[in-house]
Amino acid sequence: MGSRASRLLREEEIEEIKKETGFSHSQITRLYSRFTSLDKGENGTLSREDFQRIPELAINPLGDRIINAFFPEGEDQVNFRGFMRTLAHFRPIEDNEKNKNPSATEPLNSRTNKLLFAFRLYDLDRDDKISRDELLQVLRMMVGVNISDEQLGSIADRTIQEADTNGDSCISFNEFIKASFVVNIHICTVVWFPFLS
Amino acid sequence: MEDLLTVAVAVFQLWMFVVVFFITLPAMFGLSLGVTSVYIQILVKLLEWATIRIQRGRQEQPSVPAPLPNGIIERAEGSMEEEMEQLRRSRSLEGGEFALSDALYFCKKGLESIVDDQVTQRFSSEELASWNLLTRTNQNFRYISLRLTIFWGIGVFVRYCVLFPLRITLAIIGLSWLVIGTTLVGFLPENSVKYWLSEVVHLTCYRICARALSATIRYHNKENRPQKGGICVANHTTPIDVVILANDGCYAMVGQIHGGLMGVIQRSMVRSCPHVWFERLEMKDRHAVTSRLRAHVAAKTKLPILIFPEGTCINNTSVMMFKKGSFEIGGTIHPVAIKYDPRLGDAFWNSSKYNMVSYLLRTMTSWAIVVNVWYLPPMTIQDGEDAVQFANRVKSAVACRGGLLDLAWDGSLKRGKVKDAYKEEQQKMYSRVIVRQNSISATHTRRDDQS
Repeated sequence: MGSRASRLLREEEIEEIKKETGFSHSQITRLYSRFTSLDKGENGTLSREDFQRIPELAINPLGDRIINAFFPEGEDQVNFRGFMRTLAHFRPIEDNEKNKNPSATEPLNSRTNKLLFAFRLYDLDRDDKISRDELLQVLRMMVGVNISDEQLGSIADRTIQEADTNGDSCISFNEFIKASFVVNIHICTVVWFPFLS
Repeated sequence: MEDLLTVAVAVFQLWMFVVVFFITLPAMFGLSLGVTSVYIQILVKLLEWATIRIQRGRQEQPSVPAPLPNGIIERAEGSMEEEMEQLRRSRSLEGGEFALSDALYFCKKGLESIVDDQVTQRFSSEELASWNLLTRTNQNFRYISLRLTIFWGIGVFVRYCVLFPLRITLAIIGLSWLVIGTTLVGFLPENSVKYWLSEVVHLTCYRICARALSATIRYHNKENRPQKGGICVANHTTPIDVVILANDGCYAMVGQIHGGLMGVIQRSMVRSCPHVWFERLEMKDRHAVTSRLRAHVAAKTKLPILIFPEGTCINNTSVMMFKKGSFEIGGTIHPVAIKYDPRLGDAFWNSSKYNMVSYLLRTMTSWAIVVNVWYLPPMTIQDGEDAVQFANRVKSAVACRGGLLDLAWDGSLKRGKVKDAYKEEQQKMYSRVIVRQNSISATHTRRDDQS
């Protein structure tokens, strides 16, 4: 008959996460109960298998890449702080946040950081460049077996040609930002019900 | 010492007298003394008072978050193409059908499902909008008021020391009567008297078992009750569903033969009326199962079969995929929707967390079980419809009537992984989005060549 949360979140931790990520108090508590319900091993961290258990994520073509984004380089477990930090990228952009902390670093959910999140999805070896091979691999993940190798190759070539400005046949982060300038970045948010903000 | 013994014997005699005359006998005749309904009314009033008290307390202590049964995020309902277009701002892409930002669409969907998904929440108990004074449903309780705690304490005493022994006694009486009664009836030759007696025995036991759970069952649309030779399908929340449905009619149960106490009950039940029990190996052979069920249904005089097509227990907030096997047997399907009231007791059996015995103990120490049963009009498979479409049609009808969410996800995701076919479907949809423009530009070139 035990309770679900193996330990409750302390107020200081909630405050720290609030400052770092910008989530509200109630959102943090809700996400903590979500975190503990995903944590089947009840050891305070999530593994890749814990994420794979979510069916809607398992059928997402980029599911594995998204799961990977939660785990820092070379690690297999993510704790609640890391979980929140990654989720914070998909908070709505608020213009008045910059005014609150003018000296602080850019908030996690800024336009640039959202695009950096997407960039890292493509950049498989984390060398800050998207090569043709990496682009092909990710494209293959997204389309499955439905497009031939040649067609996929030509799509990749065309994309690199358009985005590459310094002629190194790779897409750097700055080139990525320029190529995405028309993107409606406000779509990239997880919208909470109003009475939770 | 002897005085104590005589006192104990006297108490026990009084106890059995109360149980037999006030509960068991009325149950045999389907009558009710009205005690349970008074009890439920008192409980509901008490819980409403507790809800108001808790809400007031929450306003004073804003650190306690309000639980939300409807999910926590808003999700866009558009298709993949619509949302991609919004992301790209409908920029016409002659140069490249694919845009680097397409990955952001999948990111958003992925992160939404990480924050709140439709499936994993169905395999654990429903979160209540307000605490119902049971420790087990206590999600974020903080001390709110002395009166509330006193009521909680009284509740614990009443549930564990007064109701629980009573319920256990009734359950034992009910089950032993089932075994003894059906075995006795089994000695009779096959005639209408036997069938009538068998019905009486079954109904009595299930009514006693229902009293053992303080179950209040409301049946709606009794004119649609399943007939002989039909198949009754219902949404599955708990093994108690069988008791709930069998209180109002006799069904032929379908299932696997178990060992132990369950096996004894199963074997004696089948002596008095034709239930369909399978050996474990037989269950794997779908063809054998279907043909046996088909034979049962074809004999129009046999009792309606009771099947739960979801295949596993779901938490009664939604209806998950109905497996097509039950719908391939033929015959008339009588759908039934069952909805439990979560305030007075959590009926859902979380089989990964609790085994059967601890589940029954928890149920017997809840406040009560209040359940609504709706009988839906019979449905048959129509021309041009295959078993899967028919199953989905029945599922929607059940979900609509019971006020449950209609999900296409498979209940077996509780234990297993999702099939790759669904991922391939997503990939196919995306390929169509980026190739569509390609075929348009290809058509343009062809037209240019021709002109």
